[in-house]
Order: sequence, then C-alpha cells, then structure tokens
Amino acid sequence: MREKKVWLVVTFHTTAAAIGMEKLCAARGVAGRLIPVPRALTADCGMAWRAEPAARAALEALAAEEGLEVEGFYELLI
Amino acid sequence: MIYLDNAATTVRKPPQVIDAVVRAMGSFGNSARGTHEGALTASRTIYDARGKIAALFGCPRADHVAFTANSTEALNIAISGLVRAGDRVLSTDLEHNSVLRPLYRLRDERGVALDFVPADRQGSIDYADFERLLHPDTRAVVCTHASNLTGNAVDLARVGALAHAHGALFIVDASQSAGVLPIDMEQMHIDALCFTGHKSLMGPQGTGGLCLRGELDILPWKVGGTGVQTYSERQPEQLPVRLEAGTLNGHGIAGLSAALDFINEVGIETIHAHETALMRRFYEGVRALPNVQVYGDFARERAAVVVLNIGDCDSGEVADALAEDYGIATRSGAHCAPRLHRALGTEGQGAVRFSFGWYNTEAETDAAIRAVEELAR
Repeated sequence: MREKKVWLVVTFHTTAAAIGMEKLCAARGVAGRLIPVPRALTADCGMAWRAEPAARAALEALAAEEGLEVEGFYELLI
Repeated sequence: MIYLDNAATTVRKPPQVIDAVVRAMGSFGNSARGTHEGALTASRTIYDARGKIAALFGCPRADHVAFTANSTEALNIAISGLVRAGDRVLSTDLEHNSVLRPLYRLRDERGVALDFVPADRQGSIDYADFERLLHPDTRAVVCTHASNLTGNAVDLARVGALAHAHGALFIVDASQSAGVLPIDMEQMHIDALCFTGHKSLMGPQGTGGLCLRGELDILPWKVGGTGVQTYSERQPEQLPVRLEAGTLNGHGIAGLSAALDFINEVGIETIHAHETALMRRFYEGVRALPNVQVYGDFARERAAVVVLNIGDCDSGEVADALAEDYGIATRSGAHCAPRLHRALGTEGQGAVRFSFGWYNTEAETDAAIRAVEELAR
C-alpha cells in the first residue's frame, strides 16, 4: 500500500456538496482531490475532499463564503 | 414524417444531445458511487446539469434540484411528499392525469379533500375561482403552467401570489412549458416545480426533475441506495439525495445537460417566438375552415398547441388519416386530460392535437393546413 501521511479530509452529507467542493477548489486554484470517505471516519459510503492540512483555513473560508454544507473537517493519517 | 406531436415528446433533438448521450454511455460510471474517473465524470455532469436547471427556472439552490424519470414521477414526489392526511388541495380542470391521479389517490387513501377550478368550453379558467376555492385548510395549489390539450397558459405569478396569500404551497406542472415559456420560481412564488426533459427541453426520454424552493418538509416517494450514509436505516435527510434513491439516469442527464446548453445558446424567447409563429400560422389557416372546430384561448400567452375536431368525426380516425395519407403525426383521443375534455364537451369524440416545436417549419405547417382543409371537405 501507499505510504501513509496526515491529510485534511473534508466530509459532506451529499455527493452534490462534494462535487461542489471540487468545482470551487478548481475555480480558486486550491489543490486537493475527491477520495472515498475514509472508514476511520465513517463506515458509510460517500466521497470526501482530501487536501494538505495547511489548506484547512482556506477551505473553511471557501465553504462558508459559498454556503457549501460541510459535514466536518478532519486530520487523518491515511 | 411531418412531426406535429411535440407536446407528447420532441422527436428531433439537437445533435449535441445525441452526441452527449453516446459519449456518456461510453464513459460514465455510476454517479455518487465512488471516486474513480468514471464515477466522478458522471457525478460532475449531473452536478453541472443541476446548476443549469436551477438557473433556467430561478431555483435558488442547485442542490434543491432532484432528478426524476419524468414529470409524472416528480409530481408524485411533490404531491404525495408535501400533502398530509386530512389536508385540502386546490387544483384545476386543466390538469393531466399525472396531477389528477396522485390527487385522487390522496383523496382515497389519506382523506384529502380536493377542489378544482373549473374550465369553460374553451378551456379557460377564471382566476377569481382560485380566491373563491382557497380555504383556510388548503395545504397546496397544484396547477399546470400550460394545458397539454388546448395549450392555454396559466398566469403562474398570479396563482402563486394567491396561494401564498392563503398560506398554501404552490406546486407547478411545467411539462408543456419548460424551455419555451419563462419560469422564475421566486417571482412566480413556486414552491415545487416539476418538469420533464424530453419535451420542449429537447433532452432524452427518462429525464425530468423536481425543483424545490425553500426548506420544505418533503417525504421521499422512494427510498434506497444513495451512495452515502449506508448504515443509516433511513433515507438521508439532505437534498437532493433525499429524493434520489437508486442510480440516476446519468446517460440521459448528460443529454439533458447538452440540451440545456442548446436552449441557452438559442434563447427560450427565440424558441418560443418560432413555435408561436407556427402555431398561429396553423391556427389562422384552419380556424375559419367549414366543419372545423378549434378549442382554446388564442388571445393570451399559450403553448404551441392547436387542438381541433372535424365535424363529428372520431378524432382517432382523423389522426389516422393524417398519419397514413399525409404523413403527419398528431395526437388524438383524450390526452390524459379527462376533466378538460369534459369541460370542452369532447369526452366522446376526443380531439386532434397539433403541437409545434423548434424543428418544425412553415412548409410543414402549411402542409398540415392543407391536409385539414382536405379532410374537412
């Protein structure tokens, strides 16, 4: 398996919100990508946004600014 | 074939719609089911389509656009999801069975009381009747934007304002108007807008949806797989997934998305003007013919539909002659509009509906006029 490192993981209630985050980040040049929700967070399915932990403040501001509903921000070794 | 049955479905689609469906069928995974490229491509396309629908209809939130298979499914979700046992609902004689049957079922199964704004012999309604029939316990007004039988349009802003003034929700069936008549959910006070993708939106069959304004407590009509919240025993609360159990028609929605691009490029005003010009050309060509009776109000805004009868001929025989002898496709019979046919007095005879679309021409319209003229002799 790939070597693990600490990532910021942003989770959502809906796929629409996850894709919305991807669109927003692409438009604003914020790095990251969609991944399956880590099962350490929930055994439920779904997708999450994975980014460098340093991006947290920028992503929180972006979500708040655009009214994007985020379920949670987590830092995980994955 | 001269296709004048666009109110049933548009046969000719913009080429980019067909291309988009073909591309999607060769590349789409299941939307909301994973983060590999195939699944994400489907999810992204559907996300974009939601945004385009929201923009077209003035729906304040793109994630309040839920995709369905058609208007009927959207109307079932809206009506059965918003009306509770013992409520009262106001509707009209103009409605299609996709509105009427869900309402009749609520009446039979949940004791919902129904009131109907009557139509006259030209299929027109009196707006004062909405005021008269709105009761303190009226939970919702369910109304079509344009009759699928006569083409008569309803002033939605006026009805929506009346509904809200009486504390009722406003549910709209936009099957005959989406893509050709302007719709603004905010300005028209529409709480739930139900549309189909395969008629004047010129998308594939099997596409449609429901747009919701505001935070409505709407019960899902179906529950099941969503790709999220797997271990919850209940359907997720959040829109749009709350109303979208099961795999979406991603291939169809890709086509619908391309159709929306086409409509935005051409402009719904241009499309409406073209269809209206053909509809009026046809109307003027047949209205004074001896033995021809045209139904409907042609003095106001309307969809591009002309419905008529020839003498006392069975409408099915007329439509069959048009198809077999002239190669003209129309729709005869009752058009799933039982209350309006009764109002027009055409329950026995039915009527022959000519409906015009973006791809019809003046030459086709003139051929249809000549055919009616010959058949009416």
